[in-house]
Amino acid sequence: MTQTIDSSASLPSAPPTSFLEVRDLHVTFPTDDGMVRSVDGLSFKVERGKTMGIVGESGSGKSVTSQAILGLHNSTRAQVSGQIWLDGEELVGKSSEEIRPLRGNKMAMIFQDPLSSLHPFYTIGDQIVEAYRVHNKVSKDVAKKRAIEMLDRVGIPNAAKRVDDYPHQFSGGMRQRVMIAMALVCDPQLLIADEPTTALDVTVQAQILDLMRDLQKEFNSAIILITHDLGVVAEIADDVTVMYGGRAVEQGSVRDVFYSPQMPYTWGLLASMPRLDRDRKGRLDPIPGNPPSLINLPNGCVFSPRCVYRDRVGAACVTDRPDLTPVSDTHRVRCHIPAEQSQRIWLNELNPNL
Amino acid sequence: MTITTSTESGTGVPLRPDALLQVRNLRKHFPITQGILFKRQVGAVKAVDGITFDIANGETLGLVGESGCGKSTAGRTIAKLLEPTSGNIIFNGADITGYSRSQMRPLRSEMQMIFQDPFSSLNPRHTVGTIVGAPYRVQGSLSDKDIKTRVQGLLERVGLNPEHYNRYPHEFSGGQRQRIGVARAIALQPKLIICDEPVSALDVSIQAQVVNLLEDLQSEFGIAYIFVAHDLSVVRHISDRVAVMYLGQIMELADRDTLYSQPRHPYTHSLLSAVPLPDPDSGSRRERILLTGDLPSPINPPSGCVFHTRCWKAQDRCKVEVPLVREISAGHQIACHFPEDRPVFGQGGQTIHGPAPTDQELAAQERDRDLARGGAVTGENIAHETELGWQKRQD
Repeated sequence: MTQTIDSSASLPSAPPTSFLEVRDLHVTFPTDDGMVRSVDGLSFKVERGKTMGIVGESGSGKSVTSQAILGLHNSTRAQVSGQIWLDGEELVGKSSEEIRPLRGNKMAMIFQDPLSSLHPFYTIGDQIVEAYRVHNKVSKDVAKKRAIEMLDRVGIPNAAKRVDDYPHQFSGGMRQRVMIAMALVCDPQLLIADEPTTALDVTVQAQILDLMRDLQKEFNSAIILITHDLGVVAEIADDVTVMYGGRAVEQGSVRDVFYSPQMPYTWGLLASMPRLDRDRKGRLDPIPGNPPSLINLPNGCVFSPRCVYRDRVGAACVTDRPDLTPVSDTHRVRCHIPAEQSQRIWLNELNPNL
Repeated sequence: MTITTSTESGTGVPLRPDALLQVRNLRKHFPITQGILFKRQVGAVKAVDGITFDIANGETLGLVGESGCGKSTAGRTIAKLLEPTSGNIIFNGADITGYSRSQMRPLRSEMQMIFQDPFSSLNPRHTVGTIVGAPYRVQGSLSDKDIKTRVQGLLERVGLNPEHYNRYPHEFSGGQRQRIGVARAIALQPKLIICDEPVSALDVSIQAQVVNLLEDLQSEFGIAYIFVAHDLSVVRHISDRVAVMYLGQIMELADRDTLYSQPRHPYTHSLLSAVPLPDPDSGSRRERILLTGDLPSPINPPSGCVFHTRCWKAQDRCKVEVPLVREISAGHQIACHFPEDRPVFGQGGQTIHGPAPTDQELAAQERDRDLARGGAVTGENIAHETELGWQKRQD
């Protein structure tokens, strides 16, 4: 823990210029088995009108990060340190009373499973009206008009009638539209979408992604898109953070990460998925092994036990923790393989075989 | 019950007598009933509505479609976990459609299933040894000691530590649990395994491990797979032939390369164009087909071609005339009046929109929702009533 405090003390405390800036975020959960380091020194920036995609496997800390930004962690259970700046305001350390006016108003969230995140006993109209009236002093009628307007905007046919329906009366795709309408009802400047399309079919997923793109253009909001689907990220994100074991292992623009990835974990993700736009491979190339336990993280590079390129570097991989080092203005990589060598590996060995 | 021939089933699909499994015009309807003492049937969810296909030994047939298209129900009905409403399932030359549970039991060693959710498909109170050894105990031919040796061999074969014989499912990760499910399925060396979304609950990197394992086992033991999944890229990777389902019917069936490089059904085109590609620049190079709305209700499927309400090519004929399954080239079957000729990803940058649902359709959807809410959809109780007495509510 001392390391955490030292590193956050050395951070600049001046408010940043970006709309959202996360600096050296740590989220740890003390448990009987030891400290679970879910997020371990994560930093990124998102501007308004831009989309940051966060990719990683289950347990890589993606969702914990989004909950930290929204201040949803129970302070008796989770220890959050570092800095989260939203529009010049520092969020870490704020009490829940101070965060509540921001949540739902300035920043909102879309969850993966709309059926369990909507209340089954209330009509969707009631739920959207409630979300609107918490932050705006208006009458119920005005709020309901606004709810109908939003439902119409997200493409629910017959919105004036459907507003009185219950969540179970909607299909999965329509429920996700309701969630988006509820999240956007107060014009939030930051929208966090946690696996928004994972539970949906491809044809409906295409509709929802299209809708999110349109709404972003209209409201100029910043979006953080959390997903494990690299296809969705390529389609909609401007910047990408690849997370593994609670850290960012590669960060860059979407073109950096998809056209010249430099970290073996990103390579592994790209190589292990079958692709419709390439010739069919005889065999898939999975990443061997399983994701690490967040209690006992491996020494050295967190990915080293599963990394097939470890032999090319030597002992450093298992002894030293690599830093997130810039390889270009927009692109940062956490790996011991020198940048030139990893570019060669990607171009000559990996890219042709995807 | 006699074996239906291809002409009787109303399809131009040639019969393959050497096939391991022949499915002929299979239907599975779940009745919706109203009333407590006197249950009246007021409708039916037509989950599977007349599908026909063959599977040869050692072959993989992919079954793709959106959720609610009946692909999982089809898999479960073929395994006789659900009683078929009508049609025939001919496995290994025997018509098993009307087989009772006890008649099915000896056949279970030849037909196994792998389930989607590795968390709920393993009994949390049983050790891995008990779970994987269960098929042997049911068949009752081996001593306990032999079972243990076999199970440990199986665990090793699927990439687990044989010493974990006495551990419980919660001690394993998702991918490892799915391996336990695979070990249980291959225990009796079946000829056919029905895989119901076996990798969709797993992370990408783990998904590839399990897909490779399934392929290795297939080449080692010559198992045939029915691979039910919604992920089109995984299905392309693993399948020899692929069937695309929509609202309980097969829209298009072809070998893998034909289906993915020269699909002819508009629905296949729209599915393929909706898959997001891990290539940021692909958006400008590829044509997009955006379907509007959701899958219509299987309680009251659209008249004529079931896809006509969302199809951008639909004409008047599609609304009244059901397109028959026909073979347009060897092994390539399609149910469409106006097959599509465009290349898979079309011209770049264009977007085709499907028709928006009409007010009439919306009202019909609402009626079906009310019906499903008012009545109860019941599962097994009418399994053998077959097609007698279907009555649609007349409002």
